[in-house]
Amino acid sequence: MARLLRINTRTKKVTEDTLAGDYAGLGGRGLTSRIVRKEVPPTCHPLSAANKLIVAPGLLTGTTAANTGRLSVGGKSPLTGTIKESNAGGTFSQKLARLDIMGLVLEDKPDPDAAFQVIFISKNGVQLTEVPEISGLGTYDASTKLFEKFGSKVGIMVIGPAGENSRLASSIQFTDPKGNPSRAAGRGGLGALMGSKKIKAIVIDSQDAKAPEVADKEAFKAAAKRWAEILVSHPVTGQGLPSYGTSILINIINEAGTLPTKNFRDGRFDKAADISGEKMVELINQRKGVAKEGCHAGCVIQCSQKYCDENGQYLTSGFEYETVWAFGSNLLISNMDHIAHLDRLCDDLGLDTIETGTTVAMAMEAGVIPWGDGLAAIDLLKRIYDPKDYLGAIIGNGTAFTAEAFGVDRVPVVKKQSLPAYDPRAAKGVGVTYATTPMGADHTAGYAICQNILKVGGDIDPLGKQGNVEVSKNLQIATAAVDATGFCLFVAFAVLDTDDALDTIAKLISSRFGISFTADDIGKTGIEILKDEYSFNRDAGFTKAHDQLPDFFIQEELPPHKVKWDFTVDELQKAKVEI
Amino acid sequence: MKIQVTCFATLARYSPQGGVLEVNPGATPQDVLDLLAIPGNEVKIVFVNGQNSGRDVLLQENDRVGIFPAIGGG
Repeated sequence: MARLLRINTRTKKVTEDTLAGDYAGLGGRGLTSRIVRKEVPPTCHPLSAANKLIVAPGLLTGTTAANTGRLSVGGKSPLTGTIKESNAGGTFSQKLARLDIMGLVLEDKPDPDAAFQVIFISKNGVQLTEVPEISGLGTYDASTKLFEKFGSKVGIMVIGPAGENSRLASSIQFTDPKGNPSRAAGRGGLGALMGSKKIKAIVIDSQDAKAPEVADKEAFKAAAKRWAEILVSHPVTGQGLPSYGTSILINIINEAGTLPTKNFRDGRFDKAADISGEKMVELINQRKGVAKEGCHAGCVIQCSQKYCDENGQYLTSGFEYETVWAFGSNLLISNMDHIAHLDRLCDDLGLDTIETGTTVAMAMEAGVIPWGDGLAAIDLLKRIYDPKDYLGAIIGNGTAFTAEAFGVDRVPVVKKQSLPAYDPRAAKGVGVTYATTPMGADHTAGYAICQNILKVGGDIDPLGKQGNVEVSKNLQIATAAVDATGFCLFVAFAVLDTDDALDTIAKLISSRFGISFTADDIGKTGIEILKDEYSFNRDAGFTKAHDQLPDFFIQEELPPHKVKWDFTVDELQKAKVEI
Repeated sequence: MKIQVTCFATLARYSPQGGVLEVNPGATPQDVLDLLAIPGNEVKIVFVNGQNSGRDVLLQENDRVGIFPAIGGG
């Protein structure tokens, strides 16, 4: 029976429930957002005892179906003040599922001077212990010590110095199959929420646990076989992503004139080729890295990699398009090694790479460091290790905070979360998503780049308004549902182009639980999740006035297509499901 | 007339020397694919001047053509 574990971080009391009532049948983002909606006061301070941090594998996580190892992390966001679901890879989710834990809820908070704790979960139960030697450490050293203490087969969820000091841009990092803490629940400052509860890490050991059995083995096996075929046979999930990783996007987004350059001043970067996926693979091969690997067992897409420095030493992995953009064209940095060092620093400090890249742009706007200076950016991030360094404290708090600190008025955020790697003026579908998703600016919440640029799942002009509100709305619904299943969002490339994909997903869910779940139920699941999220935000004080892009997108033309942002407040509201 | 052509990712090896191609007036993206001997079924997206284009439009002097296989990420 699916278990819901609650850990009171003040009293150290652990209680266990089954998923019933309002929570019955939910997984992933469906469960995290429902618990936040039902149990967290929308107006509470995100770092107060009333907020909760919720971790939930998806409905299909722990099964043999391909690409189902993702994890949802939820709470009220310290960065945005909205509800938040941040999605991560790594080995943690499948281990939770193997222990039949569908949800883990951290509640309350200890006194400010209490010591950080490590939560250890195994088939024998839950223990809270102090591991003082990892306090203040980066996630790489901390996870090395935790593997030594708890064994090499555990999965680790850990915050770095940024989260320990409740910095608003902080992430929660997860170890990958090779033990590197390079997978992140990056967005929304959830590392600060974990830090406020004085939890440095959660370690999970699922050895000798008996995984829950699927209800209809034959039907599940047949659906899982078809599912893998769908992913492997699609050119994006079967070839494009495994060959070049997500940075394959740099060149096409640059050609499309929507690669944000120098803090969203241009849609093209003259040195795009130097930071492209093609270039990254060339360097990886020269240095004997690994060009393709998965972030969890059972991944067939394999978009991750092992990136080594000039001496052939491991530097980073999970080195994504968004990160390469945030520290690359966004800052006019074209040295791939500098960008890789910045990615490594973010993973080690426990910082969201997107938020941190746009934050460094604010420092460059203010003249704190020069545009294009990768080494200066590296030195700037290193200051975040020191909790007493005031400049480090500013930078660790993200884009909106840093802009305020330095008097910068060109601030690419929605609901205080920074825009990612597509200029909304020349990719209007994803711009609608940035403005209207309950998460604050977020591309993954409704990735209309598919239809605007990549010609997957349709063809909608990225420069005009026609069709872009509708496509964003439909994608936001579908994405919420995907985030409830434990699927990697990249399965969407294949799903959008394959007639029987939704039926196959429905068959996986039906046979897993022995219920009747249809393709129509997938859409209904997404709508229910969005209703929980939008209603939480409404009660937290968010209105349609918050569902807007910054003024400069309306006022300034973006080269080369000379386009502006031109949706009205009310036009954008049509992208939201009604509460 | 001269046009700029770049082929990306798995198609990079088909890019013309220096990124410039001489074509006849009235040439189309399809003519470019034929001239460079790029198998049509490996091409998913053709951009002309940064916008998605059909393969039968008329190209102009100095047009910027980008040729891509199926690509995704995010």
